[in-house]
Amino acid sequence: MSKEEMIEKINGFLIEEFEVDASVIKPEASLQETLDLDSLDYVDLVVVIESNFGFKVKGEDFIGLETFQDFYDYIEERELAKA
Amino acid sequence: MERVVITGSGIHSCIGESLEVVRDSLFKGKSGIVLDQERKDFGFRSGLTGAVREPDLKKELSRRERIGMSEQAKYAYLSTVQALEQAGIDQDHLDKNEIGILFGNDSSARAVMEAVDTIREKKDTTLVGSGSIFQSMNCTVSMNLSTIFKLKGINFTISGACASGSHAIGIGFLLIQQGLQECIVCGGAQEVNKYAFGNFDGIGAFSIREDEPTKASRPFDRDRDGLIPSGGAATIIIESLSSAKKRGAKILGEIVGYGFSSNGEHISNPNKDGQLRSLKRALDQSGGDAKIVDYVNAHATSTPVGDSFEAQALYEVFGSHNTPISSTKSMTGHECWMAGASEIVYGLIMMEHGFVAPNINFENPDENSVKLNIFANSKELPINCFLSNSFGFGGTNSTLIVKKFVS
Repeated sequence: MSKEEMIEKINGFLIEEFEVDASVIKPEASLQETLDLDSLDYVDLVVVIESNFGFKVKGEDFIGLETFQDFYDYIEERELAKA
Repeated sequence: MERVVITGSGIHSCIGESLEVVRDSLFKGKSGIVLDQERKDFGFRSGLTGAVREPDLKKELSRRERIGMSEQAKYAYLSTVQALEQAGIDQDHLDKNEIGILFGNDSSARAVMEAVDTIREKKDTTLVGSGSIFQSMNCTVSMNLSTIFKLKGINFTISGACASGSHAIGIGFLLIQQGLQECIVCGGAQEVNKYAFGNFDGIGAFSIREDEPTKASRPFDRDRDGLIPSGGAATIIIESLSSAKKRGAKILGEIVGYGFSSNGEHISNPNKDGQLRSLKRALDQSGGDAKIVDYVNAHATSTPVGDSFEAQALYEVFGSHNTPISSTKSMTGHECWMAGASEIVYGLIMMEHGFVAPNINFENPDENSVKLNIFANSKELPINCFLSNSFGFGGTNSTLIVKKFVS
């Protein structure tokens, strides 16, 4: 999967799970503010990542993931580690 | 003591999803019972069930509001929206006053099953997601609705088996009567999914008249062979008379009696004595005379043993008055945790429109029901006061009496 395809997949499940308009998702935008994530929502973020990519994210892994770009990079890193 | 009146009602059931549709179903004797093949495939002895539509509330509620809602909480949201609207209570009023919530509910099986299945498969509790806990707890209805409607008064769930909804209204009645609350959202809710009823089916309590689903629920009839599980939700808004008058609300009825008792015997078999004590306690509160009751909506679920005991108890109290009796469960099936609340809504509809809903499928009485004035067909009849019985496993009994309001 190319990075573009991966980003498209991530955006797709974020839009569906957190019910936001596609236009608000920009690489430099804040993940937490854009998706309006509270502590419970991070649990659901773990669930959708696992169901889409097959790996489990620990809560502490979200520390430092400020923007969507950070999030894409993190997922890519985990995907590469799987390979 | 404060007088306690009803100013709003709402219903989401297998015989309709609005007061108007339910009124027509009750008058026409329309059954909401179907045969569900999925239950048979799952291993049920009986595939009969009330057919209740599970709503998609995406347009009405935010993701966070919806994600913790169980099936029965969704039903209760819809019935509560209707009831608040009829009562003329908007969000501004809810924000500025101490409104409570008491709901009857006694299970949330699907959410529990789905969570356990996920944990078993994934070996990881986080992967059940954040909504599961709020769907799984027994207080799933009161928990979700108190949050959605931002309620600030009393807030909990009452679990009293198939009398849960009735007890919820009864406890609300007592709190308002004592001046501890001015207005409470009361009701009952019941999940209808296959996980909710598997073990109930397992004890052989359900009718197996699968070739005639709409004829399977036949309370008091000689050939009854068991109940049909059903569900949905019903809500009533109860408040002190002074609160209703201050708001200028239309009063649908006044609660004048709440009887309760415990059989003190078998876990599933009823007895006459416990039912009589509940009936008499409610009647004592309302003045003591059975002749004030114009109509009885019986608990009768269509089980051979349960209906017999209730017929005997009703005959002892109402026999000399030949009081009209029917069981709306003949149309709805047994709405279980919801039934005590929905049957108050059904009674309010009958009282407002002046008719007695039929006990459909009552074709041949048995030796006990033959002594009662059971209406097999609907009949136009003025009702100024009705009584509703609800009995449950564990021997819990509840009786409510509602009168037309007279100032």
